[in-house]
Amino acid sequence: MKYAYYPGCSAKGSSKDYEMSTQAVCRQLDMVLEEIPGWNCCGSTPAHAVDTELSAALCARNLDIAARQGAQLLLTPCPSCLSNLRAAAQRMEKPTFRQRVNELLDEPAAETFPEVISVMQAIAREKENLVKRVRLSLKGVRLAAYYGCLMSRPAERMRFEDPENPLLMENLLAACGAEMVDFPLKTACCGAAFGIPERAMTARNSGRILELAVRLGVDAIVTACPLCQMNLDLRQTQAGRAFETRFHMPVIYYTQALGLALGFTQRELGLHKLAVSAEGLLNKLDGLRRAPAAEGGQS
Amino acid sequence: MRIGVFVCHCGSNIGGTVDCARVAALARDFPDVAYATDPMYTCAEPGQAAIEEAIHEYRLDGVVVASCSPRMHEPTFRRTVERAGLNRYMFEMANIREHVSWIGKDKEANTNKAAELVRLAVEKLRHNLPLAASQFDVNKRVLVIGGGVAGIQAALDCAEGGIPVVLVEREATIGGKMAKLDKTFPTVDCSACILGPKMVDVAQHPKITLYACAEVEEISGYVGNFTVKIRKRATYVDWSKCTGCGACTEKCPAKKTPDAFNEHTGTTTAINIAFPQAIPKKAVINAQYCRQLTKGKCGVCAKVCPTGAINYAMQEEIVSENVGAIVAATGYDLMDWRVYQEYGGGVYPDVITSLQYERLLSASGPTGGHVLRPSDGKEPQTVVFVQCVGSRDRSIGRPYCSGFCCMYTAKQAILTKDHIPGAQTFVFYMDIRAPGKMYDEFVRRASEEYGTEYIRGRVSQIYPDGQGRLVVKGADTLLGEQVEIKADLVVLAVGIEASKGAVNLAEKLRISYDNHGFFMESHVKLRPVETNTAGVFLAGVCQGAKDIPASVAQGSAAAAKVLTLFARDKLESDPQIAQVDIRRCVACGKCLRCCPFGAIKETEFRGETKAQVIATVCQGCGLCTSTCPQGAIQLQHATDNQILAEVNALCQC
Amino acid sequence: MNDTVDLNRMRDTAFTAQVEALSGQNISACYQCGNCTAGCPAGFAYDVQVSQIMRGVQLGLKDRVLRSRSLWMCLSCSTCSQRCPNNIDVAAVMETLRHMARKAGIVSVPKMEKFWLSFLNTVRLFGRSHEIGTMVLYMLRSLRLHTDVDLAPTALAKGKLGLLPHIPPGGAEPVERIFTRYKERAQREGVRP
Repeated sequence: MKYAYYPGCSAKGSSKDYEMSTQAVCRQLDMVLEEIPGWNCCGSTPAHAVDTELSAALCARNLDIAARQGAQLLLTPCPSCLSNLRAAAQRMEKPTFRQRVNELLDEPAAETFPEVISVMQAIAREKENLVKRVRLSLKGVRLAAYYGCLMSRPAERMRFEDPENPLLMENLLAACGAEMVDFPLKTACCGAAFGIPERAMTARNSGRILELAVRLGVDAIVTACPLCQMNLDLRQTQAGRAFETRFHMPVIYYTQALGLALGFTQRELGLHKLAVSAEGLLNKLDGLRRAPAAEGGQS
Repeated sequence: MRIGVFVCHCGSNIGGTVDCARVAALARDFPDVAYATDPMYTCAEPGQAAIEEAIHEYRLDGVVVASCSPRMHEPTFRRTVERAGLNRYMFEMANIREHVSWIGKDKEANTNKAAELVRLAVEKLRHNLPLAASQFDVNKRVLVIGGGVAGIQAALDCAEGGIPVVLVEREATIGGKMAKLDKTFPTVDCSACILGPKMVDVAQHPKITLYACAEVEEISGYVGNFTVKIRKRATYVDWSKCTGCGACTEKCPAKKTPDAFNEHTGTTTAINIAFPQAIPKKAVINAQYCRQLTKGKCGVCAKVCPTGAINYAMQEEIVSENVGAIVAATGYDLMDWRVYQEYGGGVYPDVITSLQYERLLSASGPTGGHVLRPSDGKEPQTVVFVQCVGSRDRSIGRPYCSGFCCMYTAKQAILTKDHIPGAQTFVFYMDIRAPGKMYDEFVRRASEEYGTEYIRGRVSQIYPDGQGRLVVKGADTLLGEQVEIKADLVVLAVGIEASKGAVNLAEKLRISYDNHGFFMESHVKLRPVETNTAGVFLAGVCQGAKDIPASVAQGSAAAAKVLTLFARDKLESDPQIAQVDIRRCVACGKCLRCCPFGAIKETEFRGETKAQVIATVCQGCGLCTSTCPQGAIQLQHATDNQILAEVNALCQC
Repeated sequence: MNDTVDLNRMRDTAFTAQVEALSGQNISACYQCGNCTAGCPAGFAYDVQVSQIMRGVQLGLKDRVLRSRSLWMCLSCSTCSQRCPNNIDVAAVMETLRHMARKAGIVSVPKMEKFWLSFLNTVRLFGRSHEIGTMVLYMLRSLRLHTDVDLAPTALAKGKLGLLPHIPPGGAEPVERIFTRYKERAQREGVRP
């Protein structure tokens, strides 16, 4: 099945690994992600922090491109893009707002936009297909699913599971055999884009999440958000300093975890790009696979 | 006809936005109006006396009062005109307060509308006929639904007043929520010790018939003559033989049965007696967990029972009782707090409800009265209480205050210190509601003498810290800071909701209920025990949140209402009911099918089928009159002619 | 020392009404339970807690509210909105207040605004955001030249930071035109773009 796809800027930069693994997993599930032509940045937090209409205009241009392609559904891997695109679509329902936004665009935007959902939600619709294609079970691996703050909130906008306790990622990974712990900070904020201007904010919030993950004894945190992944992985040393400790917690994308189950190599999934090496997790998986392999652990 | 019109000022309630003198002046020109005036307070003693005087002086044979809603004072003024010798149905009321002065600001428009309403009432009155009530016998027995403290009090007071009582309890024992409590505020006396004797009184009172494990299935009839069908669930134990010795519960092998009486803080056996002071003290088998009933093999209880009371083949049974009045005392349940996913949604064993905490405090509870936390059986050192969980929360559709949580939380904080002197206790609260006698003093004792730290703010999240304790993230709004506590045990003061099945019962009783399933009283202030269905009274939390003293008081009040009702041997039926003109009736049967009360039956008249209204059953709703294609059924005091007279008057205004 | 809050003189009820209108939220529904404050991940960095900001808006203490540093430290994570027992979208109120403060030229935490504008500048120039570009612009604007230099080696070695911006195939001009119109309109309306 073909999907209109909005990768988001980080897919071309800091979260190339997310993009690689997303593409790999979707390919394996016969989901074809077609980038909408000439897409631009959704404006992320800075745009709506400065002005709602500017933010909506940046989003509306993308929604308009997708609408003109005839798309019914637009997928994005990034929760921040998802949030902004959905917010813009929602606000554009108000005629006065729509008019103010249209004034900023080259041409008035299409009257109706395709619904924007997360790639994760689209993958979940292919869950049966996924289960069938698992080549290497994740059995024996203990993971914490971390959604970040934007995926499920605000609830009326995102319509993504229970806003306090989403379980979609757990369901997908458990279907691949992983042991999913109850992770109470799964929707807590990691500190978002404050890493640059206000490091203490990110260090403190990410540190709490890492600290709990360590105490729960998980092999890795699994996330769906490029910014969360960067804060928890690349900035893990900064968080460690704030907590007067050294964390060593791999933080991988859920698509990387799914990709491992589907039999992709580390390189195909971009696992070599992690700042905090996932070697421990991968060795554990290797060990687990070798043990039951004799009995034909592959399906 | 000579009609008198009284346009009430109601102080400034009506007079403020209606020119009452002008309305009275206009009324003087209406047909048949012999006298019109505008008193300041018509319902007051001088106001009523003035009506009586005017009736005599002006030889009035009908009276219109333009004032408040008839729901408020129609009975008052009907008595007034009756005292002056008129038939009470030769009186009409125009509502110019709720329908005019309270809702409009334009004095001229209000005055015109008030005059029009008076005109309507006059026209109606011109077509009124004197009506007379008939009398019927009263069955002086009462049904009390629910055996919590309110129902117990109502039952005992009625029985002491000489009235036979049928008490129906859904659970296996009476006592309700109070039986589960360890101590009660503000005296900290033992709940079981003060309730227990009352429960025993119920069991031993010759006038009280108790059905436990039973529910009301169907109610028909009317005030003075209700017929009630009661469904007795199968207990698989013949209670006439069971002595409550407990031999069966000791030997029962199904020991993992959920213990509802202990709020699931522990487990029990499939055959079980809820607690040592249970009334009736009889064993009951939980069919879902009994090995004999689920797997067909076991039979241990039958073997050990010294009286041969076990009967695995027992079936449920319907019994019928005739009563003249009903007291609903169905109490409450805790709302399902698992909607609060941010508090773990029920997943964390050491986040418990206040009622569960009562069972941990109670000597008859699963821990024998030692406060031990569920996860590891250790004594908690830091206990955090969170108030208003599921109360005053619009986001989950529960805007109301549960009334008594502030008080029991203070009590539980005090008891915690009694049990574990070294413990630290914190209470997160929004407002402390302690308006009862000695209540505020009690709360202050909790903080001053027992060192309870009260923190003003809600709790945003509770989660395990991964090291055996719980992180409680809250705010201290007085400090203006975020606060965090590592707790060993968190007790949620979970809000109340109407008892499960309350709405269903209300439908059977034909009484109203509010948005949240609490039963509606007839008047919030002046008729707090009555309902809009004659002969049905309310007691306890089924009507709204209240604590034990208030529930007991309302139980007694309901009993007083029953005794008042039964003080008369005969009751008067309301003559405002449907009546069939048999000359016009074509026996089409439409009225029979549309009547919600089953008040119409077929009868033979000179070989022809005709409809007939059962006077005592008809509630005067008027459905049949608007359904009858022949206009053969007329509702007395609201006949077609009377209503058309009003419409005509309105069209001519 | 704080002066007494003179509630006859200092209340600006028009401000309260304006916040309600712009945010679409019923401010009077707030009963000060503090749940928003309790769950706020940025609260430790606030000068005025979010529940106190709500109180300030209720009372119409415009100046006090709009000068708060907290408006700029809000992470927009919506935890407050999710857990508000009165269904108030508190995060929307915070955002509204920040917009109002900016338009009034009150920027209590300039570095936050500098960071946002740096980010938006890369979007304006390239059509898509560019991490290194944002960093460089921000360092220049804020004169914080050492920002995150500790992370650069790892990020570069892992190929996580693209040195060159990624421009859409059709060029960045359509996006730049959005920014141009936005700026022109803001100037026409006399507010800070």
